[in-house]
Amino acid sequence: MDYNLMREFADSWGLVAMALFFVGAIAFALRPGSVELADEAARIPLQDE
Amino acid sequence: MKFGTEIVVLGFFAFAALVAAGFGVDGPFRQHMWVLFFALTGFTAILMRNTELKPVAPVDPSAYMDGPIRYGAVATMFWGVVGMLVGVVIALQLAYPDLNIQPWFNFGRLRPLHTSGVVFAFGGNALLCTSLYVVQRTCRARLFGGDLAWFVFWGYQLFIVMAATGYLLGITESREYAEPEWYVDIWLTIVWVAYLILFLGTILKRKEPHIYVANWFYLSFIVTIAMLHVVNNLSMPVSFLGSKSYSAFSGVQDALTQWWYGHNAVGFFLTAGFLGMMYYFVPKQANRPVYSYRLSIIHFWALIFLYIWAGPHHLHYTALPDWAQTLGMVFSIMLWMPSWGGMINGLMTLSGAWDKIRTDPIIRMMVAAIAFYGMSTFEGPVMAIKAVNSLSHYTDWTIGHVHSGALGWVGMISFGAIYYMVPKLWNRERLYSLRLVTWHFWLATFGIVVYAAAMWVSGIMQGLMWREYDEQGLLVYSFAETVAAMHLYYVMRAIGGAMYLSGALIMAWNIAMTILGYRREEQPMPGSLAGLRVARSGARR
Repeated sequence: MDYNLMREFADSWGLVAMALFFVGAIAFALRPGSVELADEAARIPLQDE
Repeated sequence: MKFGTEIVVLGFFAFAALVAAGFGVDGPFRQHMWVLFFALTGFTAILMRNTELKPVAPVDPSAYMDGPIRYGAVATMFWGVVGMLVGVVIALQLAYPDLNIQPWFNFGRLRPLHTSGVVFAFGGNALLCTSLYVVQRTCRARLFGGDLAWFVFWGYQLFIVMAATGYLLGITESREYAEPEWYVDIWLTIVWVAYLILFLGTILKRKEPHIYVANWFYLSFIVTIAMLHVVNNLSMPVSFLGSKSYSAFSGVQDALTQWWYGHNAVGFFLTAGFLGMMYYFVPKQANRPVYSYRLSIIHFWALIFLYIWAGPHHLHYTALPDWAQTLGMVFSIMLWMPSWGGMINGLMTLSGAWDKIRTDPIIRMMVAAIAFYGMSTFEGPVMAIKAVNSLSHYTDWTIGHVHSGALGWVGMISFGAIYYMVPKLWNRERLYSLRLVTWHFWLATFGIVVYAAAMWVSGIMQGLMWREYDEQGLLVYSFAETVAAMHLYYVMRAIGGAMYLSGALIMAWNIAMTILGYRREEQPMPGSLAGLRVARSGARR
């Protein structure tokens, strides 16, 4: 495994995988029906003590 | 027996330090081992004086473990004052070079003492204690691992003491924000892994199904710092009984490793960790949920994915390949989006409660922190643009930028969190004095403004003087002339820093009096509910 092989992987499949993960994470956060769950989660700190 | 194992282990390591002090191959290493010996022996003696032979009482597994957090809050305050004091001293040394006291207290040795003191000792302790406070309360679970939290706390203080004394003795790896030598680095690695286990273990035993977003930021800070610290400090010691080591990398690879570390230390230590603080303490102090929880999730992932690539902007116009410089610049500019998303999210948490900025000085402090977060993360990407960087790099502008982020964002949000936490931790109804918080706020704010404005003027002047050519293509100014021209701004910078330090001293007094249980009788804040009540009864009379 030399530099060129790693470099080739990094700017092809590696790049695609990271970009897909990023887009997927944002799509998951904005998915329909997440609003109520998010509102519930936002109240976690206010319910302690 | 209480502390039985601890005393034996500490005694053993104190003896090992004594042996190393005797057999060390270089003078500074021997001196450093004496420091370690006295630190460990002193600590062992304290434990022996506090030990008891009767069996240890069982702990309530449902109660939160707040002991290390109380110690951490005090340590944050103590190291904050020390680190800021050293900052004022080195600012004065730059203005008046006669203040350099050789060899221990010259600028070269005090400067890393200041940076590590404020970043790792003040900021690190603030992150440590707030993260343990937040993770317990948002997971509704006691800290994992019994006394592990105490090991992390005291182990981290030992790291700070060894790093600080090492700098003064002249022991350094010369890596920015990572100056401690190999043996101190190994110790920090052990402490940090324990911290990760402590934090992750607490998350895993949580009773709240959802992991609150503040914990995501704290966890990313812990994990990333572990990775950065290990890779940046890969080095080979000359001797296992000596203080010198050489980096595993050389040339431009070493430079890029250092700034990959250096920039992400800013990104994940000074940003992600303190954002965790923001996402818990701002909603708590304002008593309303974060503006948009979904935006906070996007803020998180965007920050994680973009920050890690921005480091090369520290190496514009160097031997680093051009594509890497451009990559660093482009990712820095993209960072505007998460930064401003986060800033808006933090500020808008107050929507519907904006009056609290007037009536609650702690909220005012937090809002100022978020505003400085926005301003310094706007300035940073501008400075990362190559054309701007050709003017700003190596000048005081950079130092001004760092301090608007460090004093404005990191300092103010930590102050706000400590002001919130201390009365809760010691079961006090309120702080000793809210008026003193107002004093602290204005001293700190004006201090930052004086500091940053002086450094902008000084830095841009310096950059312009460096690049001034005459009609024959010769440089107009010698380097010493630029230094002489900056004297006034150096004095102004020291004044701004002294104002910020005096605010921190007022805070230390306020916190100490709160812990001791005093309450200052004072007029309520004008405009607040209590204040309005007083005003109305006065009018009736």
